[in-house]
Amino acid sequence: MALTGLQIYKLLPKTNCKECGFPTCLAFAMKLAQKGTELDKCPYVDDEAKTALDAASAPPIKLVAIGAGERAFEIGNEVVLYRHEKTFYHQPGLVVRVRSDDPQLAGKAADVASYEVERVGMKLRLDGLAVEHSGGDAAAYAAAVAAARAAAPGLPLVLMSGDAAAIDAALSGGAAADRPLVHAATSANWQAMADVAKKHGCPLAIRTAAGDLAGLVDLSESVRGAGVDDLVLDPGTTTLAGDLTAFTQLRRLALKKGARALGFPIVADSSGAVWQAELARATQAVAKYAGVVIIDHLEPAAVYSLLTLRQNIYTDPQKPIQVEPKLYEVGVAGPDSPVLITTNFSLTYFSVSGEVEGAGVPAWLLVADSDGQSVLTGWAAGKFDAEKIAKTVRDSGIESRINHKKLVIPGHVAGLSGEVEEELPGWQIMVGPRDAVDISNYLKNVWGA
Amino acid sequence: MTAVEIPVEKWSGTVRDVTLGSSYGGGTRTSTVTVGGETALPFLDFEGALPHRPALAVEVVDMEPADWSPELVAVWGDDLKDPAKWAARAVAEGADLIALKLRSCHPDFGDRSATDARATVDRVLAAVGVPLIVYGPGTADKDNDVLVAVAEATKGEQLALGLCEEKNYRTIVAAALGNGHLVIAQTPIDVNLAKQLNILISDMRLPLERVLMDPNTGALGYGLEYTYSVMERLRLAALMGDAMTQQPMICTIGEEAWRQKEGRAATDVPAAWGELAERGVAWEVTTAMTLLEAGADILVLRHPSSVGVLREALDDLMKGA
Repeated sequence: MALTGLQIYKLLPKTNCKECGFPTCLAFAMKLAQKGTELDKCPYVDDEAKTALDAASAPPIKLVAIGAGERAFEIGNEVVLYRHEKTFYHQPGLVVRVRSDDPQLAGKAADVASYEVERVGMKLRLDGLAVEHSGGDAAAYAAAVAAARAAAPGLPLVLMSGDAAAIDAALSGGAAADRPLVHAATSANWQAMADVAKKHGCPLAIRTAAGDLAGLVDLSESVRGAGVDDLVLDPGTTTLAGDLTAFTQLRRLALKKGARALGFPIVADSSGAVWQAELARATQAVAKYAGVVIIDHLEPAAVYSLLTLRQNIYTDPQKPIQVEPKLYEVGVAGPDSPVLITTNFSLTYFSVSGEVEGAGVPAWLLVADSDGQSVLTGWAAGKFDAEKIAKTVRDSGIESRINHKKLVIPGHVAGLSGEVEEELPGWQIMVGPRDAVDISNYLKNVWGA
Repeated sequence: MTAVEIPVEKWSGTVRDVTLGSSYGGGTRTSTVTVGGETALPFLDFEGALPHRPALAVEVVDMEPADWSPELVAVWGDDLKDPAKWAARAVAEGADLIALKLRSCHPDFGDRSATDARATVDRVLAAVGVPLIVYGPGTADKDNDVLVAVAEATKGEQLALGLCEEKNYRTIVAAALGNGHLVIAQTPIDVNLAKQLNILISDMRLPLERVLMDPNTGALGYGLEYTYSVMERLRLAALMGDAMTQQPMICTIGEEAWRQKEGRAATDVPAAWGELAERGVAWEVTTAMTLLEAGADILVLRHPSSVGVLREALDDLMKGA
């Protein structure tokens, strides 16, 4: 937990020697508290103070990387309990589990690797594959992991086995190069697991019986003592209520109590008997504090929902996702094509452009700069008013590309049509639908008529 | 063994208990639904009381919906043609209450009269024993007309009347006040506007024990995160003692989730979206679960499978860790 200036001052020599460039030790301490200078500017600070200050400046939840290369992902480093307090920074990795003795393992691995869906201009993908040790000895497990890697090169992995020898065999067989998450060290096997994770330089999950946070603290101390610093916490819960309670307590202990031993991201095993129940657990895990979410069912509808939810929850509340305000051509638009105007909130833009494209009517889409606000909020905030609409039309150069002067404005700002007509003499202002989903019908049946 | 001291928030506020269905004679309901009463964040029973489980309402429309997702049309079948049968089936599917929409009174969808609306409400009341939410057609003039007539004809049933918005709250609140009903106060995804409307309603002397708050639902992928954060802020304010935010919250999940392309498109969508039958339910369940975590007390749903999934989820969550 960050120290205050006064707490830092107590750790300094208090000689006011000025060699750090500040007039007093107190002034130096205050600047340190604001992270405006470095501790090593003080030539006389002792090791004890250094250790204390280093520990205090570490993030309350450690940033942990899983995987290697282009598809690696980072989790942790979160600083708030509620996204409106600032934002959530590192979205959870969504991982699908396969059993090591599943005859379809390679095919499933390839499906996980290739799953991709586009939403508001971003490509959303699954983050990894968990290979759970199920039947067979260490060599069989290593072979399964090798098969998964061959089928899904570069896809981050979670190696799940209680047998350190099996994990070691898989890592020694080449998987160590992918820096997989090893899952999991327990009170029974932690020494061997820590040794394997350390030997191969991999992050390690630690797991207890359901909700045993004290046990997690003990395990954390033990494996860190054995030299493994990149940890992920699995409190072993198996129900929605258990997950929510444990994950919330872990997040609070790390952020509010500065519990070092628990200052790591969380892995949620959201497994459910059917995909719907699993989706409910995974939904909660995405909203409430998980760093890795493991699911069993590769049901595309559920995966698409979870990836969308993750994008929603991890959007910075202060910075809506925006697109560039300019004139967009949908399809091959010509002089007769309709001209529609909307705002540069990305969800608005992609909803509108998607529907215009779906209608099969080529069109000009003018996107006004509303500071990334939707039509209604932009209108309410004065960022999408008659003046802005008229200016967007004039600055776009659209007049020289068309042989008519008809502008379709969103139905939600129907009340602006008179004002826009005054601002744009000679233009006919038409009121389009309120919802993007009705644009196709509008273009086919109203615009042409 | 290390001891871990679990941080427990000391909240000073309580969400109000709000009861739908007659609880004091005069009505014909065979069950009541009480929501609210929380003294802790959703499902965190280690730091407060969560006396009532969130309730699941199923949306029923008084005319066969012309624009509903083909998946919903398939699952409800001919029940969509008769609000009484539809409501009875919804209860059989696990609904704790029915949210009846008087859409046919809308000038664009039939413009049926207040008398017709009263007859529909009577038929649905006769068909089910659970409490009712009644939504007007959604245009100011007609809402006033229809909801006032329904409120008078159903005195004692303790219905929830919606929508009660800034532009029409006087009429709706007066109708609720005189006939023992509740109102659903809806504001557009904003903490201060929600508070403001509660203050206006309270100034008319309707007890806040008869007000549900609808913060306006954004579906998954269509503004969900705005609703989520506004609801978290409202519930935190309630627990911190802000009296004008201590209303149970109702979310129109089904309407929003099934209105989107993900809930409607059966063809011409990427394979990664999955099939419509699964996708629509997934969209509704994900939207619902997310808002439960933010403090939703009543979820208005459309698909029977979603009711089943959420019922199981609530069984789990209310059992405690």
